[in-house]
Amino acid sequence: MRVTPWLFLAPGILFFVFYVIFPIFQSFQISLYRWDGLGELSTNGTFVGLDNYRELSTDRAFNISLWNNLRWLVLYLLAIPMGLFIALFLNQTVTGIRLYKSLFFFPFVISQVVVGLVFSWFYLPNEGLLNAFLGLFGAGPVNILGDPSLATYGIIAAGLWPQTAYCMILYLTGLNAVDPEQVEAARLDGAKGWKMLWYVIVPQLKPATFIAFVVTIIGALRSFDLISIMTGGGPFGQTRVLSFYMFEKALAEFGFRMGYGAAIAVVLFLIMMVFIAYFLWSMWRDERGAR
Amino acid sequence: MRSILTALAATTMLTGTAFADAHALSGELRIVSDMSNPAPRAVMEGLVADFGEMHPDLDIELEVVDREAWKTQIRNALTANPPDVINWYAANRMGPYVQAGLFEDVSDIWADIEGLDAVKGALTLDGKQWGVPYTYYQWGIYYREDIFNELGLEEPETFEQEMANCQAIIDSGRKCYAIGSKNYWTTGGWFDYLNMRTNGFDFHMELARGEVPWTDDRVRETFANWQKLVDMGAYLDDHQNYSWQEALPPMVNGEATAYLIGNFAVAPMRDAGLTDEQIDFYQFPVIADVPKGEDAPTDTFHIPAGAENKEAAREFLKFVTQADVQTEINAGDALGQLPVNASSSVDADEFLEQGFDMLSNESTGGVAQFFDRDFPAEMASVAMEGFQEFMVFPENLEDILQRLEQARERIYAN
Repeated sequence: MRVTPWLFLAPGILFFVFYVIFPIFQSFQISLYRWDGLGELSTNGTFVGLDNYRELSTDRAFNISLWNNLRWLVLYLLAIPMGLFIALFLNQTVTGIRLYKSLFFFPFVISQVVVGLVFSWFYLPNEGLLNAFLGLFGAGPVNILGDPSLATYGIIAAGLWPQTAYCMILYLTGLNAVDPEQVEAARLDGAKGWKMLWYVIVPQLKPATFIAFVVTIIGALRSFDLISIMTGGGPFGQTRVLSFYMFEKALAEFGFRMGYGAAIAVVLFLIMMVFIAYFLWSMWRDERGAR
Repeated sequence: MRSILTALAATTMLTGTAFADAHALSGELRIVSDMSNPAPRAVMEGLVADFGEMHPDLDIELEVVDREAWKTQIRNALTANPPDVINWYAANRMGPYVQAGLFEDVSDIWADIEGLDAVKGALTLDGKQWGVPYTYYQWGIYYREDIFNELGLEEPETFEQEMANCQAIIDSGRKCYAIGSKNYWTTGGWFDYLNMRTNGFDFHMELARGEVPWTDDRVRETFANWQKLVDMGAYLDDHQNYSWQEALPPMVNGEATAYLIGNFAVAPMRDAGLTDEQIDFYQFPVIADVPKGEDAPTDTFHIPAGAENKEAAREFLKFVTQADVQTEINAGDALGQLPVNASSSVDADEFLEQGFDMLSNESTGGVAQFFDRDFPAEMASVAMEGFQEFMVFPENLEDILQRLEQARERIYAN
């Protein structure tokens, strides 16, 4: 046994255990209690078993949050193909291409809070640019963030803007690593257009796609700031996702239900666990294959 | 203003009996305040400076935190290394902290001070007092006097007149009421008033205590009155997109004529260019023959149970309840609100005078705090969300009431 690697790992492991692993188990524990977050759990909390989870199963607001999370998961994945196509488009040698690349990358650099504010103004029912634009085509004014059936999609669209930029950067880096000889060989065999892209380029971009998939899934599941800025979960709670609902129940102004919030967090954690397990499994598989 | 406060404090020190043992105070006094807007911040800093001058041996440390952020920070502040004095709110909003044993019982101070009886109830839980008030403000309908004059309308006294006025306003191409319901609490004001006028103050409090189901016919009647306004298109369109500040421009531009809100909205209206000739105020009109209740949220100071210098903290609480101190800090150029101490005088300001008169003489039913302070936190959050939904989709009422009733049965059972 060599000691050196463990010494280097020790600070990381220590912090991971104390700030990640330990709180996960604490959340499991708190989710079994009714507790307002004041005082000690052991003295001020009441053990209620699985009551919090039973209540979740009949809670409509939780149901809405769950469905919205699913919408985020599915629609956020659009960032991957969009990022790929922008990357392909920008992977040219033209004068000023660096400037264009910077412009496309720009939304990822600015804070999510700013993105949220910009899109809120863009969507405003009377003064917003979107409605001014729709007006040109004679389309009626829409109140995207005020309409319970549209608001979530409006926020996802805002989130896709920076996420697409992120995926684009990943693919631009990946495109640098594409083997020119393979492209040349494919060209000699008569491949071009879609076939060239699908059978020659995309397979070589697999590592980039994997990372893009990971960051997009995680990004979709932890969506919070845009919702908080753009609608605050409204109108009447229709744009909540699990992380926001957890915050509302446990930590916000009127949130005094630590146990219930922890139960929501546990459900979110289990959903994330499905993806995390898949990511770990595929990484392990690749590592083994590379050996 | 600070020099006035200083002079005032000096005289208080000479004459006041409460400060007889003032020289004994020493050590450190840590104050955390949420008076973060420019004017309240100056008031708070003035208070600390004056109190410090009276107690030279006392080392006062003031930390001003953002008002909204404080609503979530208070929990950590009270448990980990608690300060000696903090700002908070009366009634149910202090309930969880009192029950968790995080607030100091200050009943002994109340035995010493006079003139605060009107709000004693809002600071009493389990027969003890848990803090002292320093300011409160009235709610009511602020309206554009110039537009009323143009349309030949008078301040309404009954709901019929209110609706007749509203119809005339709508016919002139305007909206009757500005409201921004993005932060749900603004809807709570409308419910408070409609319910207190339809069913009376006592019923409103029964509902707050969870003694009446939300599906009760009397609650339905309140919503029926509310629906009359919603159906006639009285409210600003798309109000669910705006905060209360963002709903002010339509009122300033004359697109909306009135605003049911607290007195804190007067300052931004004036800043936006409206003169006192253009804005005026009237009490929410009568609906049923019940004594009128009013909303007047009270802001307070408390001592955390874990405070280290409770002696100095108690002196500070006594200091801010003095009649002349309250007169000074609530003046038009300071907080611009109402002093709680009955011996204080109200600044010569159109709205403060009207509000003071209304709360002293015209609120025969009683004075409520506000929806989110009278109702338990969780009930308030669920209900105000429902109110917003009702104001956009009144046809969902039945569903909303069922949801609120389900929440009531769970929340009050604990």
